[in-house]
Amino acid sequence: MATQDVSPHIPNEHAELSLLDRVWQNGRGIFGWLSVTTHHAIGMRYIVTAFVMLLLGGIEALLVRIQLAHSNNTFLGPDRYNEIFTTHGTTMMFLFAVPVMEGMAIYLVPMMCGTRNVAFPRLNAFGYWLYLGGCLFLYWGVFTNAAPDMGWFAYPPLSGPQFTPGKRTDIWAQMITFTEVSALCVATELIATIFKMRAPRMSLNRIPLFVWSILVQSFMTIFAMPAIVIASSYLLSDRTVATHFVNPAEGGDPILYQHVFWFFGHPEVYIIFIPALGFVSAIVTAHSRRAIVGYPAMVLSLIANGFIAFGLWVHHMFATGLPQIGEAYFTASSMMIAVTSGIQIFCWLATLWSGKVRLTTALHFVYGFLVIFVLGGLTGVVLASVPLDLQVHDTFFVVAHFHYVLIGGALFPLFGALYHWYPKMTGRMMSERLGKINFWFLFIGFNLTFFPMHILGLHGMPRRVYTYGPEMGWDNLNLLATIGAFIIAIGGILFLVNVFWSRRHGRIAGNNPWEADSLEWAAASPPKNYNFEFLPVATSRYPLWVAPESEPASLSKAKTQPDRAVVTGLRNDRREVLVTTLMDAEPHHRYVLPGSSIWPFITAICVSIGFIGSVFNPWYIISGSIISGLALLGWFWPRKLLELEP
Amino acid sequence: MASLRYSKSAFFAAALLLASCQREKHDIQPAPTRLAIYGDAARQSALRPGGSVKPQPVVTNPYNASGYDISEGQRLYDWYNCSGCHFAGGGGIGPPLIKKEWIYGGEPANLFDTIVKGRPNGMPSWGGRIPEYQIWQIVAYVRSMNGEQPTSATPTRPDTIETNPQNLVNRVPGATK
Amino acid sequence: MKRLWFALAALAYSAAAQQQSALNPAGPQSGRIAGLWWFFFYLLGAIFIIVMLIMLRTLMRGHRNAEENQPLENHERAQTRETRLRSIVTVSSVVTVVLLFILLVASISIGKANADLGASGKPMIIQVIGNQWWWQFSYLNDDPSQVLTTANEIHIPIGKTVLIQGQSNDVIHSFWVPNLHGKRDLIPSRVTTEYIRADRPGIYRGQCAEFCGLQHAHMAFYIVAEPEDKFKAWMQAQLQPAVAPATPALAQGQQNFLNYACVYCHQIRGTTASGTNGPDLTHFGSRRTIAAGTLPNTPGNLGGWIVNPQSIKPGNHMATIAVKPDDLQPMIQYLESLK
Repeated sequence: MATQDVSPHIPNEHAELSLLDRVWQNGRGIFGWLSVTTHHAIGMRYIVTAFVMLLLGGIEALLVRIQLAHSNNTFLGPDRYNEIFTTHGTTMMFLFAVPVMEGMAIYLVPMMCGTRNVAFPRLNAFGYWLYLGGCLFLYWGVFTNAAPDMGWFAYPPLSGPQFTPGKRTDIWAQMITFTEVSALCVATELIATIFKMRAPRMSLNRIPLFVWSILVQSFMTIFAMPAIVIASSYLLSDRTVATHFVNPAEGGDPILYQHVFWFFGHPEVYIIFIPALGFVSAIVTAHSRRAIVGYPAMVLSLIANGFIAFGLWVHHMFATGLPQIGEAYFTASSMMIAVTSGIQIFCWLATLWSGKVRLTTALHFVYGFLVIFVLGGLTGVVLASVPLDLQVHDTFFVVAHFHYVLIGGALFPLFGALYHWYPKMTGRMMSERLGKINFWFLFIGFNLTFFPMHILGLHGMPRRVYTYGPEMGWDNLNLLATIGAFIIAIGGILFLVNVFWSRRHGRIAGNNPWEADSLEWAAASPPKNYNFEFLPVATSRYPLWVAPESEPASLSKAKTQPDRAVVTGLRNDRREVLVTTLMDAEPHHRYVLPGSSIWPFITAICVSIGFIGSVFNPWYIISGSIISGLALLGWFWPRKLLELEP
Repeated sequence: MASLRYSKSAFFAAALLLASCQREKHDIQPAPTRLAIYGDAARQSALRPGGSVKPQPVVTNPYNASGYDISEGQRLYDWYNCSGCHFAGGGGIGPPLIKKEWIYGGEPANLFDTIVKGRPNGMPSWGGRIPEYQIWQIVAYVRSMNGEQPTSATPTRPDTIETNPQNLVNRVPGATK
Repeated sequence: MKRLWFALAALAYSAAAQQQSALNPAGPQSGRIAGLWWFFFYLLGAIFIIVMLIMLRTLMRGHRNAEENQPLENHERAQTRETRLRSIVTVSSVVTVVLLFILLVASISIGKANADLGASGKPMIIQVIGNQWWWQFSYLNDDPSQVLTTANEIHIPIGKTVLIQGQSNDVIHSFWVPNLHGKRDLIPSRVTTEYIRADRPGIYRGQCAEFCGLQHAHMAFYIVAEPEDKFKAWMQAQLQPAVAPATPALAQGQQNFLNYACVYCHQIRGTTASGTNGPDLTHFGSRRTIAAGTLPNTPGNLGGWIVNPQSIKPGNHMATIAVKPDDLQPMIQYLESLK
C-alpha cells in the first residue's frame, strides 16, 4: 500500500478494467434499479426528482401570480390560494432546495475527494427512497384535495386541530419527517466521506471549497434538523394524540413552537445557500482560470457562517415582542452574517479581477448571482434592524428579500453549476448559445418579478393575502410581477430544452472541457461506476493544474496535467477504497464498501408505512417500528462479501 | 401481525385516496337549498320521552364526514351556546351528548329534528332562526363526539376548552392582566 | 434598469392611496422609522452601486487578461499581486464591519427612542382583540360606564399617546398601521403591547399582518386621527346606546333584526340583541366600511353582505341566512340609521 508517482507500466490493463467494471456494476431490471448504491446514480435521482418538484412548485408560483395579477381577482378562492402558496413554499424549501443541494453533493463530493463512493452507500440509497416518499406523500395529499393550507411555517393555533381540521397539517408534518430523516442520512455519510475518504495528501488546507461548503452544510443539517423534528412532533402529537405542547388554551405555548421552528428555519436557509457558495467558488476558479484569492478566508467565513446562522433565528419573530437587550443582540448577530458573506464576495471579485475570465454561461450565472445576491443581502441588513423589520416584516418586502437570497443566492449558482458539471454528468456540453438566452430570460424575469415587491411591501401590502382592493393602488406593480413570473417560466423551459437537446446533440465534452482544477475532472465523462481507474493523489490544492511546489500564487496557465500521481495496490476484485487520516489525508487502511442491495428500499417502505400510517392512527408508530426493525435485521444480516475471482 | 398491518394500511391508503376529496372539502358556499330556515316548522314536537322513536325519513347529512364542516359545527356549538347546557358534550343542565342511547333517536335526521323543533324540558326550538346548513354542521359535530365520524375527519381534541385570553389570565397564577 | 424601475414605481404610486404606507409617516415612531429607512437606503444603495461597479470592472479586466495571453508570470511578481489582493479584501471587510456597526447603532437608538414613547405620561389604553377575521376594540377606563367597545374602526386624538393592548380570541393575528408604527402580534394566551401616536389628522388603514386563515386578506381596520375636541364628541356619541327607531319602517327593521339569527352574534346596546361572537353594531351607521374594511358602508353593499356574506368574503363566520326580500329593506335602513 503506497502512493507512488505515475506507475510506468501496469500489466494487463484491460483485464483490470473489466474486473473493475464487473465488481462495481449494478444489477439489471427493476430489481437492480431499486438496489443501486452508486453515488452518482443516486445523486442524479435526487437532482431529477428535485427538478420535478421545482417544476410543480413553479407551476404553483405561477398560479399565485395569476391570482395576484389584479385586484379582487377571482381566479382562485381563498381556500385554494392558501393551499397553493403553502404547497409552493413547502415544496421549494423541503422538497426542492435542500434535496437538490444534497443531490449535487452526493454526486460531486466523492469524485472531488478522489474516491469511489460515499462512505455509507446503502444509507445513501435509503435516504433517497425516504425523500421520494416525502415527495409522493405531500403530492398525494395535494392531488386528493388534502393540500396543507396553513402556511409552510404552520404556526399554531392556526395549524392546530380546531382551525385546520382534517389531515392536511398532519400530512405536511409527516412529510417533514421524511425529508429530515433523509437529510440526516445524507449529512452523516457526507461528513464521513469528507473526513475519512479523501485522496491521499488532500490535507484540510487542500480540500476544494465546494467540499468545504458541503462539510459545513452537513454539520448544520445535523444540528438544525433535530429542532424541526421537535417542532413537527409537537404539532403532530398535539393533533393526533391530544397533547397540549403548543395549545394556548391549555397552557401550551404557541411562541415556543415559533422559537423551535425558526431555530431550524433560519439555519435551513444557510443549508440551502452554503452549497451554492461552494458552486460559485468552483465555477469562479475554473472559469477565471486562477486560484481563488484568500482560500483560508473563504474557508473560515464558511465555517463562521455555519456558526452564526444558529444565533439569529429570532429576527423572524421581532413582531412578537422582545426586550430591548434581546433585540439588540439578534440585530447584531443578524448583521454579523453580512460580514462573513461579504468576505466571500470580496474574494470572488478579487479572483475575477485578476483572473483570465472566460465568459461562459456558468460564469453568467455567477455574475447574475452577484448582482441579485448582493441586493438580497443588503435588504437582509434592513430586516435585521428591529424598527425597520417591524414595518416590513410579513409584507411583500420580505417576499422580495428571500427570493433575492434564495433564487439569487442558490438557484442561480445551481443553474451555473449544472452548466458547469453537465459535461461531467452526461459526457456532452450544453449549448452555450441557448444557455446565455436562458440566463437573460431568468435574470430579467427575476428582477421584473421580485424588485417591485420591495416597493409593494413598503407601501403596506402584507404577505399571504389572496386578494386586495383596487383602492390600495397595488395593481400595477403586481401586474408587472406577474409578467416577470412568466418570463422566468420561459427561462425555465429554455433550460429544460437545453438539457434535453444537449443530451443527444451536445458537443462531446471529454474528461475536462473547462480545464478545471479539481479531481472530478480527472474521471471519465460520464463517470464510471467506480469513478477512477486508479485513485488519484492530491498533489496540490488544484491537483489538475500545473503548479509550483510551493502553494500556487498564480496559475495563469491552466492546463491539464498529463502525468498525475495515482494510488496503486488496491484490490480491484472487490469494492475496495482507501481510508485516509482526518487532518493530512495520509493513507490509513483499505476498506471494503458494501455493494448494491434491495434492503434500503425495503426498509424505506417499512419506515414509510410507519410514517404515513401514524397520520391516521398513532399505533402505526409501533407497528411501523417493528417492521422497520425486521427490515433492518435483513439489511444487516451478516453475509459473505462479494469477491469475484479474477 | 405485521402483514395484517400491512394489508390494512394498503387498504386504508386506497380508501383514503378515494375518500379524502370529500373529507377535506371546504364547502364555503352553502347550496341555496341549504339556506332554508324552517320558519313554519312546529315549535314543539309531539314526541315524549319514553315513547317509541318515530322513524325518520332516510336523510343523509350533507356535511357528514367533512373535516371542515365538523370544525364549523364545533364553532357553532359554542357560538349558539349549545355548550351552555350540554357543556363539552358531557351534559350538565341539559342531557349529555356523548352516549349510545338517545331519547329522541341518534340518527342524523333525528338530531336535526331535535334541533329544529326543540324538545320538552328545556331544549329550545332553533327552527326559524338558524339556517339549515349550520344545523347540519352542528349535527355532524355532535356525531363526531360519539366517534360516529371517520377519524380522518375529526380532531382528537377540542382547542376550545378555554380560548378567551382574559379568562386564561385569571387561571394562570401571577400572570399580568 | 434600476432607474427605470424607480420611474415605474413612481408612476404606479403617483395616484395611489397612501393610507397604508410605511413611507408616509403620520406619527413620531413611523417618522423615525421612515428616516431610518432612507438612511439605510442611501448607505446600502451606495454600497450596492460600488460593488456593482467593481463587478463590471472585473468583467472587463478579466476579459482583457484572458486576451493578453501573457506568458507565465514570474513567481515573485505574482506573490506581490496576491498579497495586494488579499489586503484589499481585508480592507473591504473592515469597512463592511464599520458600516454595519453604524447601522447597528442607528437601528438600536431608533428602537430605543420608539420604545421610550410610553415612558412619560398616562396613555389612553385601547384593548385590541383579534378575531377571525375582524377586530374588536375596547377603550379601557377605570369607570366601567366609560368603557367603549366597538369594531373595525377607532378614533384617536392627535398628539396623545395610545397604549395598544393586544390579545387574540383564536389564532395569531398582527396589529399593523404602517403610517403610525410597526407590527405587534396578537397572540392567544398573551397580552402584547405597543404605543402609537398620531401627530397628523387623517384616516389610516391597518391590516392584519400575520397569516390567520381563509380571510386573512380581508381583515383591515381604520384609525381616524382627529383633534382632541372632535375625538371627545365622537367618544361621547359612541358611548350612548343605539338610537331608538324614529319611524315605523325603522321600528320594523329593528324587529326584523331581532327576529333573525343576527342576535346570536351581534350586539346593539339598548336592544335585546346581545351576541358577542361578531362585531358590536350599536353605532354601525357611523362606520366607514363593513366586513372589516372589505366594502364601503353603503345600503347596497350592506344588503349584498347580509344576503350572501360568503360570496363577498368566502369562509367568514357570518351565517348565510335566507332573509325574505320584504324584511331586508327595513333591516338595512335600520342598521344604517345607527349613527
